[in-house]
Amino acid sequence: MKKVKLTDHLVLLTGVFFMVTPVILAFITSTHDAVTIYRQGLQFTFGDQGLDAYETVLFRAGGFTKEVNGLVMLKNSLILGLGFAIGKIVVSMLAAYAIVYFRFPMATLCFWVIFTTLLLPLEVRILPSYEIVQKLGMVNTYSGLIIPLIASATGTFFFRQFFMSIPDELTEAARIDGAGPWKFFIDILVPLSKTMMAAIFIIMFVYGWNQYLWPTLITTDESFFTLVRGIKQILQVWVGAQIPDYDQIMAMAILAMLPPVIIVVIFQSWFVKGLVESDK
Amino acid sequence: MSTITLDTIRKVYSGNVEAVKGVSIDIADGEFIVLVGPSGCGKSTLLRMIAGLEDVTTGEIRIGDRLINDVDPADRDIAMVFQNYALYPHMSVYNNLAYGLKNRGMDKAEIDRRVKEAARILEIGDYLDRKPRALSGGQRQRVAMGRAIVREPAAFLFDEPLSNLDAKLRVQMRVEIKRLQKALKTTSVYVTHDQLEAMTLADRLVVLNGGNIEQIGAPIEVYDNPASTFVASFIGSPAMNLVDVKVDGGQLALTNGEGLSGPNVHGEVAYKIGVRPEHLSVVDSKGDGSTGLDLEIKVNVLEPVGAESYIYGEFVGGGPEILIRVESHSKYEADEILFLRAEPENIHYFNAETGRRIDG
Repeated sequence: MKKVKLTDHLVLLTGVFFMVTPVILAFITSTHDAVTIYRQGLQFTFGDQGLDAYETVLFRAGGFTKEVNGLVMLKNSLILGLGFAIGKIVVSMLAAYAIVYFRFPMATLCFWVIFTTLLLPLEVRILPSYEIVQKLGMVNTYSGLIIPLIASATGTFFFRQFFMSIPDELTEAARIDGAGPWKFFIDILVPLSKTMMAAIFIIMFVYGWNQYLWPTLITTDESFFTLVRGIKQILQVWVGAQIPDYDQIMAMAILAMLPPVIIVVIFQSWFVKGLVESDK
Repeated sequence: MSTITLDTIRKVYSGNVEAVKGVSIDIADGEFIVLVGPSGCGKSTLLRMIAGLEDVTTGEIRIGDRLINDVDPADRDIAMVFQNYALYPHMSVYNNLAYGLKNRGMDKAEIDRRVKEAARILEIGDYLDRKPRALSGGQRQRVAMGRAIVREPAAFLFDEPLSNLDAKLRVQMRVEIKRLQKALKTTSVYVTHDQLEAMTLADRLVVLNGGNIEQIGAPIEVYDNPASTFVASFIGSPAMNLVDVKVDGGQLALTNGEGLSGPNVHGEVAYKIGVRPEHLSVVDSKGDGSTGLDLEIKVNVLEPVGAESYIYGEFVGGGPEILIRVESHSKYEADEILFLRAEPENIHYFNAETGRRIDG
């Protein structure tokens, strides 16, 4: 092993400093009351409010209709994040399976068509997408939130590359062992793809969790609001004669950060394990 | 157990590449057939067609009496051992062996019996719970063979199964495969590019070159009577000496005009003559070539390999290189002139143009 040098630590510390400082500041600031924050900006010492802001954000119904609280938004965010991640893994795995293992006319063309959609972000096609979802009556539903964005060129691409790295002989051995296409997928490909699935799960969960534009368009009903939208909502709704509840915004930002962090922490050990075990 | 019949099998890949050009082989029940040839000779393609992993362009493949051209690989009643073992990395050894049986809906108790039996034969009983990555190369190879054995198929197909092993293990596994095949009496087709493996394993050898069969026969028969210059140079190590000669006034002569005494021959074709290194003996004086072959060569290099030594020499006055096997501990100096003799029964004649053997 190479000796760990002081400079190595310095590089790491710098990285940690840049990554973590904003989070810590947000947390410290959230323990002050809104007036202090409004007057003095970000705080560098703990205030006297403790975790009150968190309680308020989580349990007090807010919003225009006073029907939705932080817990509901947390649930919505989770549904969106998990729906995104799981849905995208299923869909892109199946797509990649078809592209890699089945000979059908214009398979390569199909792949490139899927791949080039990477160049078209949601923002470009948001109006037609909205139009379709609205015509299908999926506005203000979870399926409307998730399904239109479930196809993933990135996921398909990753799975395709992974499947192509699996030796042909393994496929042939499975054929001789009498595994049909479905059995091969379930018994061989899915278990082999575990680490790949973990990696895509991390990426897609965070991506889904952080969605802002699409939920804003598709859900007008406040009971479908996600945490990310909740932050905006606090700013929007409480603006009036009052000052915005900055402490609550900070608290909500911290809360919104927690689940993705937990997911990454859980899955990263898997991810690393997958990278280390080179056997296929 | 079953016979396998290949009837004028052709394989044409897209782009009109003809990999196998009308090959016919009748494989007897319980026979160990080795397909041997250089890379690209079509041996693997042929095996994969028997396995059903490649389509047959034209021709018929039968296992027993059943035409299997369009039968799914799983239903052909064959088992295959792959070069890189192709074990399922996420399954334990036990499940690797059992997977094919489970897919056939076999009874659990019967699966267990067969897996245990195969594990006993191959001495892998201690690793049944391990994953393939926790096994050494030799152990993986055994598991791959176990996966074939548990199926109790009509035929085993081996696709260069030993080429990923180190030299020592390769010899060991070679003996084991032979022993196993003799014990199970299962018809086997084995593909290799290693002529030594081919010689030692085969009941009959099939030497392939460029998609055609050069020769079929028992290993020693092929060794003794190679049907062509290709077989002559491919089978046997070190390879047979092949020298271009012409007929000059009823006498053989080297193409560069150098004298070379040999038996009288008829006709005006250009010849290649071949003599194996072990059939050239060093003699005290040059003979007259009235029976057999007499040569005069100059030593270039002496190569002792232990049990024997090899002399690389060339004809005095230039010409093709000649390899001679001599006893171990022989002492020869570079540039030393040697007289060599080959007995008539050890000289092989080939048509220089077609490369085919000429008898008589």
